[in-house]
Amino acid sequence: MLLIDVVILVVKIIVVLHIFLIGAAYVVLFERKVSAWIQNRVGPNRTGWRGSLQSFADVLKLVMKEDIVPAQADYGFHLLAPIISIAIAIAVWAVIPFADAFTIGGKVIVPTVAPNLNVGLLLLFALSSLGVYGITLAGWASNSKYSLLGGLRSSAQMISYELSMGLSLVGMMLYMGTLNITEIVQAQGGSWLGFIPRWNIFVQPLGFLIFLVAAFAETNRAPFDLAEAEPELVGGFHTEYTGLKFGLFFLAEYGNVILMSALMATLFFGGYHFPDVENWAFFKQHDVLRALLQFGALFIKTVALVFFFIWVRWSIPRFRYDQLMNLGWRVMFPLALANVVITAIVVSVIQSH
Amino acid sequence: MATKTVRTGEAERLSFWEKLYIPEIAKGLGLTLKQMFQPKFTREYPEEKYIPAASYRGRPVLVQEDYGERCVACGLCSRVCPAIAIEVQAAETEKEKERYPVKFEINMLRCIFCGYCEEVCPEEAIVMSRDYELVFEHPEDAIFGKDRLLVPVSQLQDRLEFLRQYKG
Repeated sequence: MLLIDVVILVVKIIVVLHIFLIGAAYVVLFERKVSAWIQNRVGPNRTGWRGSLQSFADVLKLVMKEDIVPAQADYGFHLLAPIISIAIAIAVWAVIPFADAFTIGGKVIVPTVAPNLNVGLLLLFALSSLGVYGITLAGWASNSKYSLLGGLRSSAQMISYELSMGLSLVGMMLYMGTLNITEIVQAQGGSWLGFIPRWNIFVQPLGFLIFLVAAFAETNRAPFDLAEAEPELVGGFHTEYTGLKFGLFFLAEYGNVILMSALMATLFFGGYHFPDVENWAFFKQHDVLRALLQFGALFIKTVALVFFFIWVRWSIPRFRYDQLMNLGWRVMFPLALANVVITAIVVSVIQSH
Repeated sequence: MATKTVRTGEAERLSFWEKLYIPEIAKGLGLTLKQMFQPKFTREYPEEKYIPAASYRGRPVLVQEDYGERCVACGLCSRVCPAIAIEVQAAETEKEKERYPVKFEINMLRCIFCGYCEEVCPEEAIVMSRDYELVFEHPEDAIFGKDRLLVPVSQLQDRLEFLRQYKG
């Protein structure tokens, strides 16, 4: 590997890391604003222009707080739990493609940290299912009943919904014939009949619905936020966390929200493709501008889905635990299986003709 | 003997579409989306201040007439105050049989805004004002002397009117 390649890789990693961190900070603000609007309030508007610096003030507050570890807690694991959560939330960004390849000074740059990974989707699932370790470990290491209950709830919940989540994408994999996320996105360019974009959501609506619900459960967000469940479990798995360690959990939660939104945009809404406009002759000549346009398209789709996440959180009450398990095992799982079977039949019929 | 289970749950009364969740969730989401564009209820406080009605019991003040304060330093307010917040020291004036408060202090950290001082006052000299913005940086700042308690009668007309109408 040449030095220039290493430099490009490092730059890509830094850019992606900052997208994650600043994105998470602004999603927190966005969530507070949207929740305020839904409740006929104004929301934070004192820090900076219309509250635009609120998240940074919050981070500053968290950094300056005392770091408390319960006396009977296992210090090592107590420290490890938030690190696992945040590391996984960041690591998964490696496989998200942000735009088509472009050239600067004769050098082709692919705006993905790990481009053309042929096990992309599998890696993604492997990493995101590790996220449960962070939360369960936090509950276990805190040596507190509430934390433990929260941690165990979330581990049961995430294992149940991971199944449906994985199965919901099997249909799409069969249809696409690849696990490579870059190829999946590239296959979604163009349109049918000239006006319907070739997005996977039109091929796999049921798969998308299952993935959407499972994504809510995976990120531990309302209506599936049983791991935190403020009225029942104080704070759930992060009850015994303060300061920056709590901040890391917080960041990981919002990072996961953005990640899941970006993933849904990538897998079901055509990823970075901007229908029609990106095929203009102007953008064919200026591929750097095209990359920016495509990044903008992905950004808009992701923000729309993040808004949906927040909107749902402030509209729908929390599920009861048995309802959650019922929905996961007796509704979502059979539906996902049916989706796989139907897709498999349709795909094999089409291929045999 | 086979037992017959009677189910009288919420689920029994729901129709097919309600059991499907999704239309109901869409309805709920529609409601919250509609709320997002409704007018806000928030009063942006420091810019837009709340002006209370005349019946509001803000900080107690002494009524100042052109000739000076109405207070005759009888000490009833100090006596009735349940929080022991008022301290009055009387002195003689040049006129015969008349007194005035040489020192009148209300500890605003002790005051509970009950309005007993106002009720007991025979001269209508101490009344509750509309002022609710009371911030101190030191406990000493919270002891209000005559300099801060005296308010011209013209600013207290609403309250005096209210007292005349309802105080019986």
